[in-house]
Amino acid sequence: MEIAEYGGQEVAGVARVEGPIVVVTGLGNVGYDEVAEVVDSQGRIRRGRVLEVGEGVAVVEVFAGTIGLSIEDTHVRFLGRSMRLPVSTEMLGRVFDGLGVPIDGGPEPLAERWADVNGQPINPTARVYPRDYIQTGISALDGMNTLVLGQKLPLFSGSGLPHDQLAAQIVRQATLPLSEREGGGGGGRFAIVFAAMGVKHDVAEFFRDSFAASGALTRVAMFLNLADDPPIERLVTPRAALTLTEFLAFERGLHVLVVLTDMTNYCEALRQISNIRGEVPSRKGYPGYLYSDLASIYERTGRIEGSNGSITQLPILTMPNDDITHPVPDLTGYITEGQIVLSRELFQRGIYPPIAVLPSLSRLMKDGIGEGHTRADHAHLSAQLYASYAHVHDVRALASVIGEEELTSVDQRYLKSGQAFEREFVGQGTTENRTVEETLDTGWRVLSILPREELTRVSEEEIAQYYNLPPRGGD
Amino acid sequence: MSKTSVQVGRVIWVNGPVVRARGSQRVGMLEVVEVGDEHLVGEVIGLELDIITIQVYEETSGLHPGAPVYGIGMPLSVELGPGLLQSIFDGVQRPLPVLKQRSGAFIGRGIKTTPLYRKQKWAFTPRVEAGDVVQGGTILGVVPETLLIEHRIMVPPDVSGRLTWVAPEGEYTIEEPIARLTPLNPPYEGGSPPSTSPMEGGQRGVSGERALTMFHRWPVRRPRPYRRRLPPSELLVTGQRVLDAFFPLAKGGAAAIPGGFGAGKTIAQHQIAKWSDADVVIFVGCGERGNEMTEVLQEFPDLTDPRSGHPLMERTILIANTSNMPVAAREASIYTGITLAEYYRDMGYHVALMADSTSRWAEALREISGRLEEMPAEEGYPAYLAARLAEFYERAGYVTTLNGAPGSVSVIGAVSPPGGDFSEPVTQHTSRFIRCFWALDKALASARHFPAINWLESYSEYVGEVSDWWREQGHEDWHALREQALEILQRENRLQQVVKLVGPDALPDDQRLILETARLLREGFLQQNALDEVDSYATIEKQMRMLQIILHFHERSVRIIAKGCPIIVIHDLPIVNTLVRMKTTVPNEQVEQIDEIWKALDEQMDQVKKDYM
Ligand SMILES: Nc1ncnc2c1ncn2[C@@H]1O[C@H](COP(=O)(O)OP(=O)(O)OP(=O)(O)O)[C@@H](O)[C@H]1O
Ligand SMILES: [Mg+2]
Repeated sequence: MEIAEYGGQEVAGVARVEGPIVVVTGLGNVGYDEVAEVVDSQGRIRRGRVLEVGEGVAVVEVFAGTIGLSIEDTHVRFLGRSMRLPVSTEMLGRVFDGLGVPIDGGPEPLAERWADVNGQPINPTARVYPRDYIQTGISALDGMNTLVLGQKLPLFSGSGLPHDQLAAQIVRQATLPLSEREGGGGGGRFAIVFAAMGVKHDVAEFFRDSFAASGALTRVAMFLNLADDPPIERLVTPRAALTLTEFLAFERGLHVLVVLTDMTNYCEALRQISNIRGEVPSRKGYPGYLYSDLASIYERTGRIEGSNGSITQLPILTMPNDDITHPVPDLTGYITEGQIVLSRELFQRGIYPPIAVLPSLSRLMKDGIGEGHTRADHAHLSAQLYASYAHVHDVRALASVIGEEELTSVDQRYLKSGQAFEREFVGQGTTENRTVEETLDTGWRVLSILPREELTRVSEEEIAQYYNLPPRGGD
Repeated sequence: MSKTSVQVGRVIWVNGPVVRARGSQRVGMLEVVEVGDEHLVGEVIGLELDIITIQVYEETSGLHPGAPVYGIGMPLSVELGPGLLQSIFDGVQRPLPVLKQRSGAFIGRGIKTTPLYRKQKWAFTPRVEAGDVVQGGTILGVVPETLLIEHRIMVPPDVSGRLTWVAPEGEYTIEEPIARLTPLNPPYEGGSPPSTSPMEGGQRGVSGERALTMFHRWPVRRPRPYRRRLPPSELLVTGQRVLDAFFPLAKGGAAAIPGGFGAGKTIAQHQIAKWSDADVVIFVGCGERGNEMTEVLQEFPDLTDPRSGHPLMERTILIANTSNMPVAAREASIYTGITLAEYYRDMGYHVALMADSTSRWAEALREISGRLEEMPAEEGYPAYLAARLAEFYERAGYVTTLNGAPGSVSVIGAVSPPGGDFSEPVTQHTSRFIRCFWALDKALASARHFPAINWLESYSEYVGEVSDWWREQGHEDWHALREQALEILQRENRLQQVVKLVGPDALPDDQRLILETARLLREGFLQQNALDEVDSYATIEKQMRMLQIILHFHERSVRIIAKGCPIIVIHDLPIVNTLVRMKTTVPNEQVEQIDEIWKALDEQMDQVKKDYM
């Protein structure tokens, strides 16, 4: 994308090569964060970025790695500006590499303008607080962890868990709130940006097929840095994807759903660079600035004044050893507006989607639900389901000690309702698309297994209205 | 920064927010400088011979060796004067609405603006006359800054003298003089003071006469002086039951809220910002989410102060340096916030400062320290982390101000420990400098017990100090009720260990009653839904009545069970459900409804007693 563009400001030789980093000496005015082009003995160009500058010295990370670079035959050209991406609406329907260069055989998209991939922080006074819920048709989300237009809500998963399937189902089934729909499902204002960092080919293929199956492929832009692509390149991938996203959302008024997978691979690339530079690590070898770095990605989400569009982020990350306290999920959880946690235990019991409801959270849910959005009883119902299901866990622990038969009759009913909650409420088909109404009614059926007196989070009026609803479909 | 600048050096090294320059040895430590052609604002954080180390408050992308560095001749300072309230600033006091006018929805670089709006006229009413001798802190006059807060224009702390002229009542901008004085004893030895004194509140005339305006500057890293520190003794009423009744914070005290992500730190701080009886609230969003600041901005103007009926925004100042804004400005944001807090304290107000999150501030320190290649102590944090935390929390306090009035700054700092593990350095050091520890608990949060403040791990060392205050409010029994309730909760905790092994049925009924009452305390009293209109805030009257009636329930049940009544009978009484729900059914204005519940409780108990006598 930059290729035609250099002015050839500064050219210099390489003094040191270390991992993906080259140290360049003998130059004048090179700026911090500037784009560099590293040219090898055959004249091939690899792109890089300045991480540190001193007098006559620059430290450059080379995205494609440094294999085959020699001190003598390599020279480095600096372009006098930071990294930019051409953006345009016609990039929808296209496939790019991790730096934003088309790899689908099609022509270079015509740039409507060039945008800095680092973006700029959104002024909090220019944000519009997100309050419109997105119906995903998945009860564990819509009922318990409602997704809101303009939210950043990651999936915390583990290797082998069906996070891709779930993300694809969310993207496929996501229905905009009525207010945002213009002529039939809002299709015309909907776009998907997909960024892959270090995932396998079949993962990218799976998403592609899934978008194709729902006929959305022309509304999707894919940025692929796959497992066998250079790892350092993936430091740019989410930024390139979000740069296009910001253009589509805030300048072209589209509602963009962004899938970033796998953020753990991204963080590993960051750790690698940091370790090679000998920086002081904080936890597990990750650099102390991991939080700020992740924030510079996740905060590129939301809605702003003066634009009809929105950015909703669904980052996916795998928790090493299923450990939610690992720095990557931990710092992500501190930045995002909640998290959806997948459970290996539920997965092994054959429950799809295996969403661990208790540690999951949607922080924006509170303003996106209730009267005028979903249904008036929604907040109380979900709080009650949380509280009751938390108690189910205590009862199960007790039952494993004293045996189920020894439980009080109330606790036995808790066990039953816990089962029902996992099988009927959380569990659903991979293509099953429930209305919010169905979801909430299923929740009430689960609660109706418990004695009324146990339901202290819902009001007496709500109990009168919904407790013991007739079974679904029956009348 | 409107002062004139001179070039003091040239950049020789750039690494993110940290820049080194070579140049003049007259540049001062902590002096503000401007870097590069875009005049990015920074602060000197290290000097060694002719090498100047600078932390830059803006993105440094494109900055290169050879770029000029300009000195401003003063330390990082804030402007103090009318117009602060209802504002939202970034970490170095740039008003975000002005940045929006200049660069749109995204924050651009190198934007220069004054923190306070210069053109607005404020209605000034003098409180002094020509001829009066005034000192630092003397109130020259007052300005109705908002309907809620009267802004008291003070003589800057380091100025004193005899007034030669005082402006008559009228409307003035903050730059127009409102008084003139001649110093009695020059505050500086050896003749004329340095012309770049940052504390200056106006221009100096020929005859040593000095004009005072409605605003002055103060360096953020220097605590503002006061006359005397007093022991905290008044409760900071927050309307949050678990805090006021169990783990009280005194005005002028310091508290920490540690907790993993999603445990409820921000909501707790928002609740205190909304409902506490502080006169002025300063909320520092330090390295947190943009949407959370937007939420406050959109919500507070519509919320009314339960005491005055005015919009809450009229007493609030927001400082927003979100997680994706420059990290050095995040480091500064805490100091900017606390300096504004001290300024309103000096007027004689009770100020509450919320910092969300101090961990992000500590990480900013760590990031800058790392780029300076300083020797790290624990987990990469610099060795001076503890000292910086101590300095910050020391700025909380209840004082007699320079003008003799009482005022206070209470500090409530959120702490975000990695993995929710309190043994990490920031939580550990913080706990040495605060006296109120509100420990958030992940398990409670995931069961949606909010606020998820763990009653066994939390503590307040102000309990003794505020006991008299409760007594003065007519609640002599607060201390006893608190002890009794906490004891029941502690006994429940021990019994739960047994229940986990044998089930509740195996316990004798008097012990099962403990479980029953503890449940009432947890669900009916400690849990408080921030999103429920009635429950969000509870007056201390309501809090005490609720606690009394739950404990009354307990006492009566104890006696009845001793008579042989099975616990199940008590468990099934309708009053139990009523008690769990009274937090949402009884509005603050109608606490007397609890008397009715009390009557019903006694009737039901009397009936049971009759059945089992
Ligand atoms: N008092 C409360 N009443 C009702 N809900 C609450 C309360 N406190 C917290 N919550 C719920 O918990 C969620 C998380 O709370 P909050 O945002 O305050 O967490 P946090 O500790 O600040 O997390 P982070 O460190 O990631 O910022 C809220 O979105 C809300 O759903
Ligand atoms: Mg928070």
